[in-house]
Amino acid sequence: MSDIDRNENKARYSIGIDLGTTHCALSYVDMSASDGEKTAQGVLSIPQLTAPGAAEERDLLPSFLYLPHENELAPGDLTLPWTQERKFIVGELARSRGAGTPIRLVSSAKSWLCHPGVDRRAAILPSDAPEEVERVSPLESSVRYLTHLREAWNHAHPEAPFDQQDVTVTIPASFDPAARELTAEAASAAGYSRMTLLEEPQAALYSWIQKSTGGWRKQVKVGDVILVVDVGGGTTDLSLIAVVEREGNLELHRVAVGEHILLGGDNMDLALAHTVARKLASQGTQPDPWQLRALTYACRAAKETLLSDPTAEAVPLVVPSRGSKLIGGSLRTELTRAELTQILLEGFFPQVDASTRPVSRARVGLTQLGLPYAQDAAVTRHLAAFLGRQVNALAEIEGLQHETPQGATLLHPTVVLFNGGVFKSPLLVERVMSTLNSWLAAENAPAARLLEGADLDLAVARGAAYYGYVRHGRGVRIRGGTARAYYVAVESAMPAVPGLEPPVQALCVAPFGMEEGTDAELPAQEFGLVVGEPVHFRFFGSSVRRQDQVGTLLEYWQPDELQELEEIEASLPPEGRTPGEVVPVKLHARVTEAGTLELEAIPRGSSERWKVEFDVRGGVSADQGMGL
Amino acid sequence: MTDMNPGFFGRIGIAFGVFFGVLGNAAFAGRVQRLREAPEAPDFTAEAPKPAAAPVQPAPSALKESSPVAALQLLGLLQRDARFIDFVEEDIANYSDGDIGAAARLVHDGCRTVLREHFTIKPVRTEAEGSRVTLQEGFDAAAVRLTGNVVGKPPFNGQISHRGWKVEDTRLPKLAPSHDASIVAPAEVEL
Repeated sequence: MSDIDRNENKARYSIGIDLGTTHCALSYVDMSASDGEKTAQGVLSIPQLTAPGAAEERDLLPSFLYLPHENELAPGDLTLPWTQERKFIVGELARSRGAGTPIRLVSSAKSWLCHPGVDRRAAILPSDAPEEVERVSPLESSVRYLTHLREAWNHAHPEAPFDQQDVTVTIPASFDPAARELTAEAASAAGYSRMTLLEEPQAALYSWIQKSTGGWRKQVKVGDVILVVDVGGGTTDLSLIAVVEREGNLELHRVAVGEHILLGGDNMDLALAHTVARKLASQGTQPDPWQLRALTYACRAAKETLLSDPTAEAVPLVVPSRGSKLIGGSLRTELTRAELTQILLEGFFPQVDASTRPVSRARVGLTQLGLPYAQDAAVTRHLAAFLGRQVNALAEIEGLQHETPQGATLLHPTVVLFNGGVFKSPLLVERVMSTLNSWLAAENAPAARLLEGADLDLAVARGAAYYGYVRHGRGVRIRGGTARAYYVAVESAMPAVPGLEPPVQALCVAPFGMEEGTDAELPAQEFGLVVGEPVHFRFFGSSVRRQDQVGTLLEYWQPDELQELEEIEASLPPEGRTPGEVVPVKLHARVTEAGTLELEAIPRGSSERWKVEFDVRGGVSADQGMGL
Repeated sequence: MTDMNPGFFGRIGIAFGVFFGVLGNAAFAGRVQRLREAPEAPDFTAEAPKPAAAPVQPAPSALKESSPVAALQLLGLLQRDARFIDFVEEDIANYSDGDIGAAARLVHDGCRTVLREHFTIKPVRTEAEGSRVTLQEGFDAAAVRLTGNVVGKPPFNGQISHRGWKVEDTRLPKLAPSHDASIVAPAEVEL
C-alpha cells in the first residue's frame, strides 16, 4: 500500500491491536471526533466463546487456540455472533478447555513466532499433540487471533469496515527482522490491508502521553532519558527513549531496545505453583497435572493479594477436587509472604549490583514446552546488562544536551515507565526502582523518577491506536527508526587453513536508526548469485554499533556487539539467464511503511530487484543449540 | 389434603435428631426450650394453609412465567466458577469448620467473580446504614421497603437498616440456539 492510497481513502478510526503472548486487545481512536491532544478513544469488547454454545464480550481475548475433536462438542456449540462455520476456538473457551486437554491447545504462539529454532510456517503446534490432531503453524495461529479481532470489529462497526481503517499491530521491541516480517505476513493473511507495526514499549509510552492530555510536557524535560520496563505475560521488553529538543519543540527519540527475553508473568505464577506443589509433596500429597494447573491459578490470585496488601502474611490456597465432592477432596495449603519474597523478589527481581550479568544455567520448573525461555529469571540482571551494554547510546543524539559522565559503567535513565500487569504490585515497582537507584547512586547520578498514571493492562493497545492518530501529524511522535544495524557475512579472501573456519567479515547493509519508508544506500560490494539456486548468507544485527554506515566492513568485533540472526536467502530466477551462471548483485535494504526490513538483490547493470527472504525454517539456529 | 404432621417413623427420626441436637448445640437447645414454652403452634391437621396473596397490587390479571434459561445460565456460571452446586449439594455435617471454611473461600471467590463479571450491582441508597433519611411522597416502594411503625403519610422519616442492592446492568452470555442450558455442568470423562 502506498502513501497515496492512504491519503485518498481516509480512515475514520485508528485501530490499535496488542497481539500479546497471553492476551490480545483492541483499542480505537475515532479520528473524526478527536482534536489535538483530546482524543475520543474506546476499547472494543471482543465477543468470544466462554463456554460451549455461550458467547460473551470481554476486553481481552486470551491468545489461545483450541483444536477440538469432532465428537467433543455438540453441533452449534461453536456459534459466534457472526459465524457458525468455525472449526476451532480462540479466546476464553480455548484457554479453559485447553486446561483439561492440553494436547489440543496452542498457547504462546507469539513466542513460537520468534523462535529461531523452528520452522515458523510449518504446522508444529501444539508441540505435544498426537498424530491425529491437525496441527497449525505459529504463523497460522497468529492469523487466527488477528482474524477473530477483525471479525469482531466488523460485527461491532458495520458502518466502518476494518480494512478501511488505519491499523497498528504491536510487537516486542526486541523482535528481529524475521519475526517482524512474519507478524506483517500474519496480518496480511488475516485481511489487514493497511497495517503498521509498533514496538510495545513505545506504545506504552504513547498511551501514557495520551492519558496525560498534554501534561507530559510538565513531567519530562529535555535531557530526560525514559526507561520503559515492560513485563508482559511471556516477554520482558526494555527500551530507552530520550527527550530531546528540536526546533524549539520537545521530541521523543527511541535510542535503544533490549534483547529478546522470553520471561514474563506466567513464569512467575508457574514458579510459585511449583514451590507450593513441592511443599504439598513434602506433606505427602502429590498434586496431579490438573491440580497443578488449578494451583497455578490459585497462586496467581494469592500473588496479587500479597503484592497489593503489604500487611497480609499468608494467603490460603484451596485447590478444589475434580469430582463433585468439593470439600472432601480439596487440597489446602497457603502461600506465605516469605515464599513470595523468596521466589518473586529474590528470584525474579533480586537486588543485584550494576555489574552483574544474566547467568546461563540449567533451571527446573520454569519452562513448559520447547520454547527457549530466558536462562536467567532475574529481570534486574537483564536490566543491568541492558544498561551496561548501552552505556554510550546517548553520545550521538542531537538535541539531548547529554554528556556521558566519566567512568560511567551503565547508561543513566532519569525516569522510568512501567508496563504490564506484574507492576500493579507496588512492591515490585519499588524493588526495580530501588535497585536501579542504587546503581545510579553508586555512580553519583541522581535517582530516577517514576512516571505515574500508566494503564498497565490496556496501555499497549491504547497507545497503538493513539500512534495511528499521531501519525497524521496530530501529536508528538517517538522517532528513532530501526534499533539495530544489520550486516551480512562475507568470507574474507584468505587462504584456507585446514581445521579452521575461514574468518568472516561483516558488511553493513542497513545502518542503525533507519526510519519507516526509507531506503539505505547501495553498498559498493557485490556478491555472486548463482542463477536458479538459492544462496544463503549469514546475517547479523547489532544494537550498539550506531556509527556504521552502509558498506562498512567489520573484520573484528566484540562477541556481544553483533548477534547472529537467521540466515537470509537470495535466489535469482532463471528467466532470461543461463542456470548456473554467476551474476554479481548488490544487496539493498529498505524499511517499509509498515515497519519491516526488506532486503533486495539488484543485479549489476539492471533495474530488476529480487526479494531476499529471511530464512524462518529454523535450521541454522537449531544446529547452534538454541532450539528444542 | 395430606396430613402435614409426620408419621410414626418420621417422629422417631425427629426425636433422635432433636435429642442429639439438644445435647450438642446450646443454641438449638435454647430454641427447643422456647418452642416448648411458646403457646400452641398453629395446628396443621385441621385446615390447609391458605396460599399467600400475590404481591402484585394493581389488577393481577396474569402472572408472567419467568424464563428458566437465564436462571439456568446463572446456575451454570455459579457452578463453573464457584462450584456452587457441588458445595450446596455436598453433605457438610461430617466436615470440620476449617474444611468447610476453606471450601467457602473458593465458593466466595467464584461467586464474587460471577457477580462482578455479569452484573453491575449498586446499593439502592448511597447513605451509610444507620443514617436517617426522609422519604418524600411518591418514593419507589419497590426500591425501599418500609418496616416497623408504618403509619401516617409521607414524607416518612426513618433509619436505613439495609442499603439495598440494585442490578444496574446484566451481561449474561449469548447462547447458541441449539445450546441446552439445563446441563449446568457437563459430566467430565477423562480419556
